[in-house]
Amino acid sequence: MIEVNHLCKRYGNHTAVWDLSFHIEKGQIYGFLGPNGAGKSTTMNIMTGCLAATSGQVRIGGFDIFEEAQQAKKLIGYLPEQPPLYLDRTPREYLTFVARAKGIRESDIPNQLSHVMAVTQIQDVADRLIKNLSKGYKQRVGIAQAILGDPEVIILDEPTVGLDPRQITEIRELIQQLGKDHTVILSSHILSEVQAVCQTILIISKGKLVACDSPENLERLFAGTATVNLVAEAPEKNIRGILQDISGLVGIHTKPMDDGCCQVQVELEGHDDRKACRDLFFAFSRANCPILQMSVAKASLEDIFLELTQEEKEEPAK
Amino acid sequence: MKAVLRHELSSCFTNLSGYVFGAFLLLFAGIYTMVYNLQSATTNFEYVLGSMSFVFLIIVPILTMRVLAEERRQKTDQLLYSLPLSMTQVVLGKYLALLTMFLIPLAIISLYPIILTAYGNMNLAAAFSSIAGFFCLGAALIAVGMYISSITESQAVAAGLCFVVMLVDYFIADLASMASVTAFGSLSMLVLCALIISGIVYLMTKNGFASLMCAAVLAGGTMVAYAFDSSAFEGLFPAIMEKLSLFEWFYVLIDGVFDLRCVVFFLSVAGVFLFLSVQSMEKRRWSE
Repeated sequence: MIEVNHLCKRYGNHTAVWDLSFHIEKGQIYGFLGPNGAGKSTTMNIMTGCLAATSGQVRIGGFDIFEEAQQAKKLIGYLPEQPPLYLDRTPREYLTFVARAKGIRESDIPNQLSHVMAVTQIQDVADRLIKNLSKGYKQRVGIAQAILGDPEVIILDEPTVGLDPRQITEIRELIQQLGKDHTVILSSHILSEVQAVCQTILIISKGKLVACDSPENLERLFAGTATVNLVAEAPEKNIRGILQDISGLVGIHTKPMDDGCCQVQVELEGHDDRKACRDLFFAFSRANCPILQMSVAKASLEDIFLELTQEEKEEPAK
Repeated sequence: MKAVLRHELSSCFTNLSGYVFGAFLLLFAGIYTMVYNLQSATTNFEYVLGSMSFVFLIIVPILTMRVLAEERRQKTDQLLYSLPLSMTQVVLGKYLALLTMFLIPLAIISLYPIILTAYGNMNLAAAFSSIAGFFCLGAALIAVGMYISSITESQAVAAGLCFVVMLVDYFIADLASMASVTAFGSLSMLVLCALIISGIVYLMTKNGFASLMCAAVLAGGTMVAYAFDSSAFEGLFPAIMEKLSLFEWFYVLIDGVFDLRCVVFFLSVAGVFLFLSVQSMEKRRWSE
C-alpha cells in the first residue's frame, strides 16, 4: 500500500530523517514509535505530501506523492500533530469544505458528514464554533476530517496527545474500529498506546528505522534469555552450590534477607520460561530449600524500546 | 478550486474584514460622488473613481492580510497540502473569492452613474470604462497583497508590508519627478536596484554564488548597455518608475481613453503575483 524508499530529510545541517525505508501493507494498524524529535512527524509530513523530502521516494498505492500528488493524496486522510482546524467555523461547515476539497460529490456530502460525525461522536457539537470546543472534541473533528471520503490510508500524528484518560480510551477504540477496514498509521511516544492498538510497530530513533515487527515478535526477539526472580529459604552462601548443575546458567545475583531467606535473580540461556522454572524448582528441592516466591521477568516492550533507542545514541561515539 | 473559493468567500463573511473592506469602498465612493457629482454638479463619474483610488491603500491590506498568512499561523496550511488540491487551485480559489468580495461593492458603485442620469446627462461610456479600469487596478493590487500575505505568517506584518508597498506604488510617480534625469544618474540608480535585487536573492536563497551572479549579470549588463549607448539612459530611470506605478496606468483610463494596454498591464501584474504566491506556498514545503 505504501512504499517508502531511502527517505532523507535535511534541515540545513540537521538531519531529521536518514535513509528510511519500509513497506506498509493493507488493512493493518501500524505504530510509529520513537522518542521526541526522532523524526516521526517529519516522516508523516513527507508521506502525506506536506513536506518535500531531500531525497528518496514515497509511493502511496503505486502513486508517487510528488509526481502524482493528486491521485496519491486521494488515498490518504491525514491528521497532523496540531489538528488543522478553522477556528471560526463550525465542524459542519469545516467538514463540508474538506468534503468538497476531497472531491466528494455534492449529493453524497450530507450522508458522508453524518457518517463521520457519528463515528467520531461529534453530532452534539456539529453547529458550535470550533474555537469553543474542548481539546478532545477538536481532536475528534480532526479525525473526522481525516476519515472523510473513506480514504484507504489514515495517518494520525499523535492522536491522543492532550486528551484525558477517558477520551484516550475512546480514541483508541475508534482507531481499532477504523483498523478493521482501513490501513491506519499512528505515531506516538507512548509505548502502552502503540502496544495496545497496533499490529506492527516501527521504532524510529534519530531519523532511522531501528525495528519493525509485531509487538509479540519484538518481545520474543529479546527474550532469548529467561530471567527468573525467586526468594528461597536458604543461606546466601549455599545458593551457588545449589544452582551449579543447571545448564545454560548465565548469571546469578543474590541478596540476603533478614530472616534467613535469600533473594536470587537467575539468568538462563536457551530455556523457555517453563523449563527454567522447573529446573530451578527441582534444584532447590534436591537441596531441601523451599522456594517461597518465584516469578519470570519478561522483557517488556519498554526495555526493548530503551535498548534500541539507546544503541543509537552510542553509535556516533564509536 | 470551487471548494476553496466557497470556503474563502464564507470566511470573508464570517470575518469582519470583508465588511470593513466593502464599507470603506462604499463610504469613499459615496463621499466623492456627493462632492463631485451632486455638489459640484459635474457629469463625469470617472473623476470620483480617480480621486478615490487612494482608498486601495487602506482596503487592499484589510482584504488580503489574512488570506494566506492566517492559514500558516493556524497550521491549516497542512490541511491544504494534504488535500488532493494543487497549490495553484488553492491560490486561484482564494484569489477569485477576494475578487468576488471586491465585485460586490463595485456592483453597488456601478449603480451610481445610472442613478445620476436622472439629474443630468452622464457620460455613461466613460463612467463604465473607468469602473472596469477600477476593477482591473483592484484585481492587480489584490494579487500583490495576496503575495505579501503568503510570505509571512503574521496578519499584522502582512497588512503593514502591504500598506507600505501600496503607498510606495501610489507615490512612485511623484518620486519619479524628483529622480535625476541625467544618463549617469539613471545608470547609478539602475545599478543600485540591481544590487538590491541580488541582496534579496541572497536573503531568499542563502546562496552567495547565485546572488553574485545575479548582481554581475544585472549590474554588468546595465553598464555594458550604458557604454554602448549612454544617450538612451537619459531620463530612463524616472520613466521606469512611472511605468511601475499601477495608479498612473489607471489615470490613463480615467481620462476617457480605454487603452487595452492598461488592462493587459494590470492582468499581467495580477498573473505574475499569483504565480509568485503559488511558488511561495510551494516553497514552504521545502524549507519549513
